[in-house]
Amino acid sequence: MTGAGFGAFVRRAHDAGRLVVQPRMGMSSPERMRAGLLATRDADATTVGTLTLDSYTRVGDLESAQLAVLEGVDLNGYPLVSHETATTRRVLDGIHGPRFPVQVRHGSAAPQHIFRALTAVGLDASEGGPVSYCLPYGRVPLRESVAHWTESCEHFSTLRRTGAEPHLETFGGCVLGQLCPPGLLVAVSVLEALFFRRHGIRSISVSYAQQTNRRQDSEAVAALRSLCTRFLSDTEWHVVVYAYMGLFPETEHGARRLLAQAAELAVESGSERLIVKTVAESRRIPSVAENVSALEYAAAVAERTARDPLEGTGTETYAEAYALVDAVLNLDDDLGTALLKAFSEGRLDVPYCLHPDNAGLSRSYIAEDGRLCWSDVGNMPLSGVVDARPAHTVTSSELLASLSYVRRSFDDHNTRP
Amino acid sequence: MSNPLTPTPGDQPVLVVGGISDSHTWNLVYLQLLVEEHGHRVVNLGPCVPEDLLIGEALVHDPALIVISSVNGHGYHDGMRTVTRLREHPGLGDVPVVIGGKLGIAGPCGDEEEAALRAAGYDEVFEESADGIAAFRRMLDALPQRALV
Repeated sequence: MTGAGFGAFVRRAHDAGRLVVQPRMGMSSPERMRAGLLATRDADATTVGTLTLDSYTRVGDLESAQLAVLEGVDLNGYPLVSHETATTRRVLDGIHGPRFPVQVRHGSAAPQHIFRALTAVGLDASEGGPVSYCLPYGRVPLRESVAHWTESCEHFSTLRRTGAEPHLETFGGCVLGQLCPPGLLVAVSVLEALFFRRHGIRSISVSYAQQTNRRQDSEAVAALRSLCTRFLSDTEWHVVVYAYMGLFPETEHGARRLLAQAAELAVESGSERLIVKTVAESRRIPSVAENVSALEYAAAVAERTARDPLEGTGTETYAEAYALVDAVLNLDDDLGTALLKAFSEGRLDVPYCLHPDNAGLSRSYIAEDGRLCWSDVGNMPLSGVVDARPAHTVTSSELLASLSYVRRSFDDHNTRP
Repeated sequence: MSNPLTPTPGDQPVLVVGGISDSHTWNLVYLQLLVEEHGHRVVNLGPCVPEDLLIGEALVHDPALIVISSVNGHGYHDGMRTVTRLREHPGLGDVPVVIGGKLGIAGPCGDEEEAALRAAGYDEVFEESADGIAAFRRMLDALPQRALV
């Protein structure tokens, strides 16, 4: 392990007993972006910085991003590719470094332009994945996404020649944000980490997004850690927990309680990093001050929480994730090919995902106790592993009720499991 | 909830579409179910729909309605571009088009933006709220009459 870089920073913080907290933050104005990074760095917490890119850059519509820069139109993120290299270097000057690494967050299934731009300004940490940045959200065929991500990983890994240790985070633990049962989230996160590793990346984080049941989330992170211990033994890795990615509580107390639970989940499960959400989340893109407040609150909760990880391999979530990972690894020696086969045969099948390369046979529901379960596993190799409860076809109001389950529970002062 | 009706084959479908730069899909899954429950066939084009694809699909399907949904904050700007292109296209000058969701990065867009979206060619603009959904449902109920015009 080298001392520099994103992964090493997080490792040192963890060894010192601190949870690293991180915002999702991106503004189109270089001045405001710099101010946001400074405020993140100076927050009363152990933080890393974030450059979240705008949606035009994500889909490769660089003409629109460039036009917005020229006309001064505010975007929903920082247009890294459209700003001059010198501009971004000024944004980062004196901020980005071994004591405050900055990660580029984007969401692109064709990210070569993004990797070229971030390495050009001296950055060495990003995130995504061939599956998680393709299937749920975009239009790029999975086959092309796998090729784009192969090329991007291989380009990114050449940074090591300069003495850097490029770091990639899987987005696989956040697939569709909500209503994807944890076994599949864990499996996709592990598979994307293995994909990164096989294409030359040696410093990796694996994501997991908080879902609907606290105990089930703890089991999922324990399963994720066990699978990484098993499959990534030659790799520097850590776990990043995301505060809930679906409809966020609308009340301040609800939003704070949900964020507190995410921080507790992160620390108790032995995770190293947390992506926060703010009280403004349900309404709009949060301000810098709201982000700082969320970072400091999460850090304070983390400070008073003790590590207490569950045993990793004895749960249904582990059995499910292992069965999926094992099935995919056995499909082909080339992991990209294996992933393509897995989705075309429905061995991996994301519920409610509209992408044409997803089989779309699987369905999930929230059980009485709040656990996220399968009502249909489609062709996934999970018969005998999970107890799928056949359900009637969901109506729009039932779907909305499921999507609002966490918001409702936390806004309502209910005691949650 | 209204009674689901059985759609007649050959009926003009409703096109459900994500904004050109918007990768969100739960809104589209929800809208599909809601529109189907009002008795309409849905062609769901998914997220990040480029204008050329939308125009092509609109010409193929001759939809009774196009529903554009966006939550990433670019809805207003993307929506202006899209409807301008759509209205310029021969054959798509009159197709009913509506837009809704979280349309600005700083929260709901104001009356001025809403008026601009209507002036650019949208028949209706819906903000993301219970009132917005109620208004959208009323419009769906009225749709067959609109489509016959």
